[in-house]
Amino acid sequence: MMQEYAVGITGIGSYLPEKEVTNFDIEKMVDTTDEWIRTRTGISCRRVADERVATSDLSTEAAKRALADAGIEAAELDLIIVATVTPDMAFPSTACIVQSNIKAVKAAAFDIEAACSGFLYAMTVGQQFIKNGFYKNVLIIGAETLSKVVDWEDRNTCVLFGDGAGAVVLQRVEEGYGILSSYLGADGFNGSALAQPGGGSRIPATIESVTNKLHFVKMDGSEVFKFAVRVMGKAAMEALELCGLTLEDIDFMIPHQANIRIIDAAAKRLKLPMEKVYVNLDRYGNMSAASVPVALDEAVRENRIKKGDIVVLVAFGGGLTWGSSVLKWSK
Amino acid sequence: MVFEKVKKIIGEQLGLDDVSGVTPQTSLMGDLEADSLDAVEIIMAIEDEFGVEIPDDAAEGFKNIGDIVKYVEANQ
Repeated sequence: MMQEYAVGITGIGSYLPEKEVTNFDIEKMVDTTDEWIRTRTGISCRRVADERVATSDLSTEAAKRALADAGIEAAELDLIIVATVTPDMAFPSTACIVQSNIKAVKAAAFDIEAACSGFLYAMTVGQQFIKNGFYKNVLIIGAETLSKVVDWEDRNTCVLFGDGAGAVVLQRVEEGYGILSSYLGADGFNGSALAQPGGGSRIPATIESVTNKLHFVKMDGSEVFKFAVRVMGKAAMEALELCGLTLEDIDFMIPHQANIRIIDAAAKRLKLPMEKVYVNLDRYGNMSAASVPVALDEAVRENRIKKGDIVVLVAFGGGLTWGSSVLKWSK
Repeated sequence: MVFEKVKKIIGEQLGLDDVSGVTPQTSLMGDLEADSLDAVEIIMAIEDEFGVEIPDDAAEGFKNIGDIVKYVEANQ
């Protein structure tokens, strides 16, 4: 049998644009109130990138921090994967732009798109290369500039999203630690519930597509809510089962930060006390693929996670897609 | 029977201590001050309890709790 290596996160970092847009700022833009946004979503504030800043810029900063945390040079990287729905452009990939920015001269680079589940998809893909011995140093980034693709005249969606980037370095770790299991899934049958329809080969950019706002995020809120609450519990349970653990073993959970009502409902279904669940969406909103790595980075820096802890990451999003991973923290 | 179970679910979801005043004429959003996401969570709990699927357009047509009960009884 082929030798398999334990793979874990050996470095982590995140980067958020400085500009904050509060609910009170949004009150001046669309017909809504701070109270409505907070009670329906739990969000008070979100970060928004400057006009000239793209997803690769946020990614590059997060990448540098993760590399420094891991204590390796960019030149040692074998592979860079960026998970995003807001790439700088159709191609080259954002991963290739980051490769050039950080001078990761020997790294292969590509993007993955699994919307808000993107980071978990990317981490699971990256893990395989190390597990089978093909690569040693892999950089995984979840990064978004959703402020560029939300309709700032649509009060149902513009309040939800924010910009940011999180990155992790994956390497071999001590046996028994690191990523214990991962579970990914998709339901393309209901993909239209959450979409940005314009700009691809189905609806290329035209004057009409722009006028009809087809380049913005569209969401069927209640369908996505139902899906999210159900799938978060299911995904967490599946990943736990794959590594022979149960709900009682969870020390900490990092859920995708979409809506506090979804997190509350999912935690209730899992019978997980909220002290074990990390929440930062009040400050950043939903950062899609960046949500999980940014939250994980903050939880680590706040010393909420210590070596040996069982940490469950779980996300859901457009596609529809979902993913979860169980980690035994190795740092 | 369905009504009693629905009433219990609504009480649990909205954190109401006393649901004795809830009748089939009671409106979730009008009388019990549920918001749209509370309503979605109640619908989900009812779907799970009775093994029925309540699509959005059906849910949007419910004016009171009696309408939910009728839908569940017809589709169970």
